[in-house]
Amino acid sequence: MNPYNYLYLSALLFTIGAVGVVVRRNAIVVFMCIELMLNAGNLSLVTFARINGNLQGQVFAFFTMVVAACEVVIGLAIIVAIYRSRRSASVDDASLLKR
Amino acid sequence: MTPLVIYQPEALLFWFLAPLAVIAALAMLLVKKAVHSALLLAWVMITLAIFYIAQDALFLGIVQVVVYTGAVMMLFLFILMLVGVDSSDSLTETIPGLRPIAITAAVGFGGLMLALLGRATLGRDAVGLEQSNAEGNIQGIAHLLFSTYVLPFEVVSALLITAALGAMVLAHHQRTNVRPTQREQAINRFRTGSLATAAGLPGPGVFARHNAVDVAALLPDGTPAENSISATLQARGDMVDSSQFQLGKIDTSIDEEK
Repeated sequence: MNPYNYLYLSALLFTIGAVGVVVRRNAIVVFMCIELMLNAGNLSLVTFARINGNLQGQVFAFFTMVVAACEVVIGLAIIVAIYRSRRSASVDDASLLKR
Repeated sequence: MTPLVIYQPEALLFWFLAPLAVIAALAMLLVKKAVHSALLLAWVMITLAIFYIAQDALFLGIVQVVVYTGAVMMLFLFILMLVGVDSSDSLTETIPGLRPIAITAAVGFGGLMLALLGRATLGRDAVGLEQSNAEGNIQGIAHLLFSTYVLPFEVVSALLITAALGAMVLAHHQRTNVRPTQREQAINRFRTGSLATAAGLPGPGVFARHNAVDVAALLPDGTPAENSISATLQARGDMVDSSQFQLGKIDTSIDEEK
């Protein structure tokens, strides 16, 4: 086995996450799919760090985790705010700006 | 530099866990309930943490468990419980033709990425982290983080504070109208609604037969009172049919004879 297999796994997970963002309607599930994509990106960063033999990839994966944590906090706060005004967590219902 | 050697246990670990991770990620898209999706995503994240540790990224593996499966997924579950169950959980297609297009695009995108990776990485030797991790993984990361990347580190701290403030602003809910008092509510009930609900909605349960919240109360004429059950339970369909707790035809037959 060579470490590139981790990159293939990362590509697969990223693709699955992208499909989820498009297909699912519940805003929270869409958000979880975005988290899956971020995790797939982290896996490839860690693998690249190992392939290239320095730790910079790991440092960047660490930064990605911090940014993802911020994103989760803000995103979930937005979802709760939308749910409060519209009583729904479906992304199809949140067409407030259209009307 | 000596090329990287991957030993058999790590290969076994990978071939055992990677298919499970992919299956869990796919199932995340296919299951109906959002809570199941969250649990499957937690499983994928734990798998990734094991992969990080296997790839000499001990610090990131632990951080992955603590931050993602510990904090982020618990936050997700917390919000799921707060928002509850609604129609968005259904898997029906709202935009016609979206699903085939999405799957086609995903197959194209995934195929492109896999093909690119296969071409870009062929014939290159991996180095491995033995040299970089010579003083220990955490020491190596700390050395980079506090020398080369000290400015991004500070910017990230500013980002965290901004995110905390933003969450507080978004979660803050200012009332635009005055909260009605109990007296005003009672007056409204009598003035606007029918007198049947003036004393409040009926409570659930059939006394002496079945005293649970998922059973609609029986009205004096024997019909179930649908408004005695919480709307959430009705939306979920978690209701027991209260007609099975009726006293049969005794009451109605006496009524008919009279």
